[in-house]
Amino acid sequence: MTATPVPTAPAPAASGAPAARTHTVRAVRTAGGLSVRVEPRAVAVCLLLLALALATGIVLIGSGDFPMAPGDVVATLLGDGTAVQEFVVLDLRLPRVLVAVLVGAGLAVGGAVFQTLTRNPLGSPDMLGINQGAIVGALGVIVLLHGDATAVAVGGLVGGTLTGAAVYVFAWKRGVHGFRIVLIGIGLAAMLTAVIHYLITKANLVDATRAVVWMTGSLEGRDWTQFWPLLAVSAVLLPLVLAYGRPLRMLEMGDDAAYALGVRVERVRIVLLVSAVLLVASATAAAGPITFVALSAPQLARRLTRSPGPNLGASALMGAAVLLVADWTATNAFGERQLPVGVVTGVVGGCYLLWLLVTERRAGRI
Amino acid sequence: MQPQPPQQRLAAESVTLAYEQRTIARDLSVAIPDNSFTVIVGPNACGKSTLLRALARMLRPTQGRVLLDGQSIHTMPAKKVAKTLGLLPQSSIAPDGITVADLVARGRYPHQGLLRQWSPQDERIVRESMDATGVGELGDRYVDELSGGQRQRVWIAMALAQQTPLLLLDEPTTYLDIQHQIDVLDLCAELHETQGRTLVAVLHDLNHAARYATHLIAVRGGEIVAQGPPSEIVTADLVERVFGLRCQVIDDPETGTPLIVPAARRARAPQKQR
Repeated sequence: MTATPVPTAPAPAASGAPAARTHTVRAVRTAGGLSVRVEPRAVAVCLLLLALALATGIVLIGSGDFPMAPGDVVATLLGDGTAVQEFVVLDLRLPRVLVAVLVGAGLAVGGAVFQTLTRNPLGSPDMLGINQGAIVGALGVIVLLHGDATAVAVGGLVGGTLTGAAVYVFAWKRGVHGFRIVLIGIGLAAMLTAVIHYLITKANLVDATRAVVWMTGSLEGRDWTQFWPLLAVSAVLLPLVLAYGRPLRMLEMGDDAAYALGVRVERVRIVLLVSAVLLVASATAAAGPITFVALSAPQLARRLTRSPGPNLGASALMGAAVLLVADWTATNAFGERQLPVGVVTGVVGGCYLLWLLVTERRAGRI
Repeated sequence: MQPQPPQQRLAAESVTLAYEQRTIARDLSVAIPDNSFTVIVGPNACGKSTLLRALARMLRPTQGRVLLDGQSIHTMPAKKVAKTLGLLPQSSIAPDGITVADLVARGRYPHQGLLRQWSPQDERIVRESMDATGVGELGDRYVDELSGGQRQRVWIAMALAQQTPLLLLDEPTTYLDIQHQIDVLDLCAELHETQGRTLVAVLHDLNHAARYATHLIAVRGGEIVAQGPPSEIVTADLVERVFGLRCQVIDDPETGTPLIVPAARRARAPQKQR
């Protein structure tokens, strides 16, 4: 099947429209009658983000106590490295980078879904209690059960998922509406934060230290045992959410408009909310609650692509790129002192949040 | 009740409509005559928007059914309904940074699929819909920078692009200046005449309803008080029964349709006030 790009340059309209006007809707069509909408700018942004993520990944793999040139990293990845290089790259550093990619993409897609469903750029899972729920779950395991790393991850996953379910149930009133998700989510986040503090005060010194380290969010020491479960979740949920991107885009216009266009609003919403919660909760289980990626990546992607809609693909790549760059910054920019990546995303994201609040306020939306 | 017209694709069959515990209408039956421009009027909270929402399958009746082509609308696949019945909701949200062409293109959603996102037919129909509503030149403009009247035309273009033989409009003139109200209603009348679509609108202004409707449904307290062509049913007596307003009904000097002239306040008998 040969794909031919069809720029939809319109014939001049009967009303005598200027022929030079450009049209905003473009598609790639096949002879078989299939067609996929393509926005050139969005494609370009995606390719650039992919390149950035790849480059940063290679640099990250090459940096550390055993530095390697990017060429050696690529050669090792392709199977041409020495035994030592293979050990360093494949056993130590590659899994960490891959975990970062999936965590970043999962958080960003989860954030994009939440922001679109709540129709609010601040309506990200960090703000709506999902992260706090995951922290309570993980801290519960650390403080009350003294469980190992796997148990802590499971605790985080369960805590985040239950909080997502609670938000949905409490926000339900003849269907779930965006603003109720925001209000319920903020309320739950506040309550869960209190529980987090309570758990820390209950803990002995060792557990409390472990809890606080986990709460910062870090990619330190992440290996294949974190990667495989995360890959399994992402391999199912990321394509599912991307496939639901079209009805999600219709939901942006309000439930009534989406319903009128034949979107099964409640079904689409629950599928997307469940997927988003699971993506965020499993990312958090793998790396701890890395803040602000879910909040900022979708908005950054949208500003770069300049296209309306949830921009799910661009958001995923943006999330991966942001987290890799943040991880490189955390491990390299401060000399000997390595920071957990959550500190970097927290500081950068906090600045972004301030900027967002100011612009949203100026636009009269909050 | 008037004799039922011979054909109706859309009808409500003794429906009871309720929000939670609050019942709006009980055992209500109504049929929308094919190829009509039907307008539903009534005082605030009479159930006219609720009736429209039920006809558009946004509200599920607690009893009775809404029939589309003889089938219960709530059991039909959502996209199949959306190819037959369109709705312009009272409030829709234009996503940030969306262009007119992109918004109108969203009306094609029920005709598209995951791998059939933008066919040449989609493209042609979107262009025709924009030209029919007079926004053909605005394709690349952002929806947020348009005036209220233009924006409403864009939403109507989106509903047209859905290519449904039946189109429901929930108070399409609300929030518009008087010239844009007339503009939008003229557009609806034109679409009704030239494209042969069945239009059902809820309108606030009785004079607009009487001027533009081919079939008028007057609702009060969840019941249909009268229905039929405005020239046959709009009388001073009906207006008083439906709206509790004393008035004269004269011929509209422009169109010859009934024109309601409210009685001056002093002339209104105090005991008639509700």
